[in-house]
Amino acid sequence: MSHPAIRLAGLKKNFGASEIIRGVDLDIRPGERHAIIGPNGAGKSTLFNLISARIPLSGGAIELKGESVVGLKPFQINRKGLSRSFQITNIFHNLSVFENLRCAVLWSLGYRYSFWRRLEGLRDARLRAEAVMEDIGLARRRDTPAGILTYAEQRALEIGITIASGADVVLLDEPTAGMSRDETEAAVALIRRVTEGKTLVMVEHDMGVVFGLADRISVLVYGQIIATGAPAEIRCNAAVREAYLGTSVNHV
Amino acid sequence: MSRAATEILRRRGRLLLWVGCLAVACVLPLLFKSGFLVSLLCQMGIMVVFALSYNMLLGQTGLLSFGHAVYYGLGAFVAMHALNLVGKGGGPLATALLPLAGGVAGLLGGVVLGYVTTKKAGTTFAMISLGIGELVAACALMFPGFFGGEGGVSGNRVVGKEKLLGLTWGPQIEMYGLIVAWAFVAVVAMYALTQTPLGRMANAVRDNPERAEFVGYDTQRVRYLMLILSGFFAGVAGGLTALNYEIVTAETLNAHTSGVVLLMTFVGGIGFFYGPIIGAILITVMQIVIGGLTHAWLLYFGLFFLFMVLAAPGGIASVIAMQRALWQAGLLGRMLPHYLATVIPVLVLLAGLVGLVELAYALLAGEGATAGDEATRVLGMQVHLRSAMPWAAALAVSAAGAAGLYWIGGRMKRAWHETLSTLNGGRA
Repeated sequence: MSHPAIRLAGLKKNFGASEIIRGVDLDIRPGERHAIIGPNGAGKSTLFNLISARIPLSGGAIELKGESVVGLKPFQINRKGLSRSFQITNIFHNLSVFENLRCAVLWSLGYRYSFWRRLEGLRDARLRAEAVMEDIGLARRRDTPAGILTYAEQRALEIGITIASGADVVLLDEPTAGMSRDETEAAVALIRRVTEGKTLVMVEHDMGVVFGLADRISVLVYGQIIATGAPAEIRCNAAVREAYLGTSVNHV
Repeated sequence: MSRAATEILRRRGRLLLWVGCLAVACVLPLLFKSGFLVSLLCQMGIMVVFALSYNMLLGQTGLLSFGHAVYYGLGAFVAMHALNLVGKGGGPLATALLPLAGGVAGLLGGVVLGYVTTKKAGTTFAMISLGIGELVAACALMFPGFFGGEGGVSGNRVVGKEKLLGLTWGPQIEMYGLIVAWAFVAVVAMYALTQTPLGRMANAVRDNPERAEFVGYDTQRVRYLMLILSGFFAGVAGGLTALNYEIVTAETLNAHTSGVVLLMTFVGGIGFFYGPIIGAILITVMQIVIGGLTHAWLLYFGLFFLFMVLAAPGGIASVIAMQRALWQAGLLGRMLPHYLATVIPVLVLLAGLVGLVELAYALLAGEGATAGDEATRVLGMQVHLRSAMPWAAALAVSAAGAAGLYWIGGRMKRAWHETLSTLNGGRA
């Protein structure tokens, strides 16, 4: 018997008088790749920010692997095995690619706030960071400060930092935003590879990416989920067509 | 060359540098045998530790503190009280260990005060650190029992009759040895700290606190721990200052001291580990040497700081790093003639400006004393302050320097930009 990886129940968020998330119920199954789509301003990023505790919720419940995480801080949720990326690249700009990744694995390897161990001596941290660096294709940029990487490289690093700790629930916020066709394809392959065996929830605008990658899709419109299902079901869902996708679905 | 081999070479070079610096620190006073030099070196050693401890906050964790002298001062007072407490019952060994008492005091100060200050980063942290600094400085005047009021607390670092390896710490040169030993250990320890998980995560928190939270780190805890450790080293520096001067006054922990350590660290360069070392040495020399030559030294100091912030915001260390990059690319030779040429107008301009400042200072400060037309000594020359000649001369020299700098400096700037684009082009 297994709990859903993430369970959202009656989730609400309002900024002042305006309700952004208006009662979201959603179960994310362990090991599935779940995409959340919806028009601009539907509240997709807000939903991610609520789940990862970047912002406090106004009502409802969030469970991570059967355990309530309401009121926890971001670092506490991260330690419970949930990791996320950001729509706007969120990396350590003055640190090298390698250092970025090493910072991302330190906590999960149990090094905590240690000031009596030498970083150079932490073989497992180095190997893990190097493995992720290979994975995301940035090995030759090892010593380059993250701030001067190209945009696509920074996006890859963003994903690398997110998955480096080995978290089993991964939230990716528009991982291919702003990428060219080729870069998007590379990113999709990368995501597919590094989230193997993990639960993936992603917000994405590129329908090609969504329908190619997701096992299930949820459609968020004006703070409510109007449909959840397999890609084929979503394609045929009349409400979805009307509310969001229009005729564009036919072209996918 | 393989990565590992480069790393071994780099490590060997670093070890050589450490040993070299230690050797220079040990040999310098023996070469010159000057009491003034030894006192100067003592102050330098103390300030190096203090400035490095400050950079653990500013450069490494991104925390701009306006109240770091609190931990330095607490260390100094506690070490001084400990010295007096130990008194006759102690010996040279106990005295030698007193900076540790200062360190513990700084650390405990950090545990208590840091808990409040490190709740927030950024501007809030800066403001709270300023508030705490003022608070402690006010306490220093309110509780003369501990802080000694206006007169401060004094003691004698020579305690007991026995000697430790023939040392009593009485002579200044012995005190210098003690300072070098403590400073070396503290500098090595602070460097080692930058190479630990906490040290690296402090950098991460500085760069992007939000991301640090999302890789599992409590940024508040990282800041708090860094402040506590930095308080420890500031306390060690304070303990050394107590022993060195045998008196501690409330000035040790006030805003002025906090300001000086900020300036030292910034001028030296907060982005490099060795930056604050350079800053501490340079500013100490300026304070003591220029301070001994002219009463207007604070003005020069202010101008120098202004110049540094505008011309080299990364500090002296960043200028050095830049030249090193040029040297490694084989481009330094192109710039050297320009540097040397620029030195001339800079010296001329400096001479003119110094003349003007000293004349103005003599005129304003000496107004009451030399009301008449008698000659006054300015810069070793007899001049009449109220005649036009000296002013015109200083002004002319300044103008000549400025014009020269405009011309030669402009050429240097162009050469600099060319060289820089060659360097960056070669890299890409």
